[in-house]
Amino acid sequence: MEPTFHISSYCHIKNSSVLLDGEPLYSSPNQEFSAFIKSAAKHVKTNYPKFYKMDHLSKLAFLAADVLLKNADLSAETEHNIAIILSNRASSLDTDRTYQASIADPENFFPSPSVFVYTLPNICMGEISIKHQLHSENCFFIFDSFNADHLWINTQSLLKRKKAEKVLCGWVDFDDKNYEAFLYLVEENGIIAHSPNEIKRLYKT
Amino acid sequence: MSYHNITSSLGFDSATVFENLKQGKRAIQLVDDASRFYKPFFGAVIPTETLNSAFQILEPNKDFTRLEKMLLLSLSKTIKASGIDLSDRVGLIISTTKGNIDVLNTQSQFPQERAYLSELGKIIQNYFGFKNEAIVISNACVSGILSIAIAKRYIQEGIYDQVFVVAGDLVSDFVISGFNSFHALSDAPSKPYDANRVGINLGEVAASVLVTSNKNNHSEDTVEILGEASCNDANHISGPSRTGEGLYRSIKSALAEANIDSHTIDYISAHGTATLFNDEMEAIAFNRLGLEHAPLNSLKGYFGHTLGASGLLETIIGMQSLHHNTLIASAGFETLGVTKPLNIIKETASKELRTFLKTASGFGGCNTVALFRTLT
Repeated sequence: MEPTFHISSYCHIKNSSVLLDGEPLYSSPNQEFSAFIKSAAKHVKTNYPKFYKMDHLSKLAFLAADVLLKNADLSAETEHNIAIILSNRASSLDTDRTYQASIADPENFFPSPSVFVYTLPNICMGEISIKHQLHSENCFFIFDSFNADHLWINTQSLLKRKKAEKVLCGWVDFDDKNYEAFLYLVEENGIIAHSPNEIKRLYKT
Repeated sequence: MSYHNITSSLGFDSATVFENLKQGKRAIQLVDDASRFYKPFFGAVIPTETLNSAFQILEPNKDFTRLEKMLLLSLSKTIKASGIDLSDRVGLIISTTKGNIDVLNTQSQFPQERAYLSELGKIIQNYFGFKNEAIVISNACVSGILSIAIAKRYIQEGIYDQVFVVAGDLVSDFVISGFNSFHALSDAPSKPYDANRVGINLGEVAASVLVTSNKNNHSEDTVEILGEASCNDANHISGPSRTGEGLYRSIKSALAEANIDSHTIDYISAHGTATLFNDEMEAIAFNRLGLEHAPLNSLKGYFGHTLGASGLLETIIGMQSLHHNTLIASAGFETLGVTKPLNIIKETASKELRTFLKTASGFGGCNTVALFRTLT
C-alpha cells in the first residue's frame, strides 16, 4: 500500500503575529515589518547573526521555517532530507525595487552586490538550507494567489517518489509593506491529512 | 522532450542555431547600444529590429514587452510544430529569473505592474488560450532545467498529458549592473574552463519545448527524460560549494532514478559560466563521480549566460547533438584552468551519442540536473 502523508505542523506570520499550529507564539503592537520581525526572532529564540543581513522576504521565510523546524525537534546527528517548495505573488520585487532605485540615477549609481543577490526569490530557500543543513530539492513558484493544488501536487510527487522524506512548503510573500507567510511541514507522521482542502483550510485560519 | 524552438542571437529556430554552432559562430560581441544599456559590454543580445520584424508574423494587435515578444514568438513556433490542441490536459510552465524587470525603469512605456511574474504568466496563457493557469518557476539559473523536471513530474502524477515549457530572460541594466557589482563580467568573449578565463558574458534568449507522454507527438529528435534531481549546497547564497556537494548529490540522485551507470553518459552539457568558482566546483563534482572522461562543453561561450533560459536552451542543443551525433566544441576553451581533469570538447566532431547529462547551478546554492536518452 502507498504511504499516506500528513501535515505535521504549520506556521503563520501575518498581522504582526507569529502562530504555530494556529496558536499565537508572539504578537506585537508594532505594525512596521522590520521592527516586528526583529522582535519576533528574538522572542522565538532564533539566534542567528546572518538573519539581520537578509532582505524582508528571506527574513519572513526564514523565521517561519525556523519555527517549524525547531518544533519538529530533528536530531542533529543525522541528515534530514527535507525538500523546500515555496511560492508567492511578488517574487523578489520588494528587493528588486530597492535595487532598481540604486541604479536609477546615473549620477548616483551605487549597485550593491549584497542587495543584488536577494533579487531572486529562491535565495530565501538557500538561507533556510544553510541554517538547517538541508541538502535537498528546492523549487520556487510564482502564482497570482495562494495555490494549494499546485503545492499539493509537487509535494506529493517528491514524497511518493522518495525524493524527500519531508517537505517544507507554503506561501511567503512580501510586497510594499504587505507581508504574509504560511508554511507547513508534510511527512508520513501527523494527524491532519495532506489534501488541497486541508491546506486551504489551514491557510485561512 | 519533443518539439522545440530557440529564439536567439544565433537564429530564430533550433536547426539554424545548431548549424551556426557547428560552424563555430559565437553571438558574443561588444554591445554598445545606449538606447538599451547604460554602458557597453560584451554579451549576446537579439537585435531589436530583427525581433520586431520576426514578431510581425503573429500579427499582434496590442503592445508587448521585449521579453513577451521573445516568449510568444518561441512558443508559437513550438505549439504550431507540435500540432497539439490546447485542451485541459495541456499544461504551461514559464521559466524566468527576472521576467519583465526592465519595466521597473521609469523610462519604460509599460506600467510597473507588468513586472509581476504572474502577469507575464497570464499574458502568455491568454495569448494562446491555454485552459490551465500558467505555472511560473523562478529559481535563479537552474530555472530552465528545473522547469523540465517539474513538467515531467506533472505528467508522472497524471495531472497533464503534455506540458509546454517556455523560458526566457533579458539582458538589462538591472542584471548587467548586478553581475558587474560582483566583478563577474568579462570584457571579452568568455572562456569557460580555460586557464585564461575572464568571467561571465550575459545573453538573452527565449526557448520552448513540448514535454509529452504521448508517443504520437514525438519530433524526429525526441529524447526521453531518464531522471532528474535538484539539491541545494546548503553552503552559501552567492557562491557554489567548494566540494560541489549539491551538484554531486543531484547527479547521483538523477543516475539512481534513471537506473543507469555514470559510464553510460556520452556527453555532459555543463553549466560553465567561466567564473573560477563555478568551473572549479563543477570539475570537483564531476571527478567525484568518475565523470572526468565524459566529453563536456559549456555553451556560454556562444550565447552568454542566458539565466533562467540557459538550462532549457542548452538541453535543446543537447537534443540536437544526439540527433546529429555531433559534439559541439566548448567555445573559448584552450588550456585547462581547473585543478581536476575534465574532457573538454576542443573541436566540433561526429560521435555516436545516445545519452547526455545536463547540469546547472545558481545563486541560492541551487543545483539541478537531468539525464536524457535518444529514442532511436
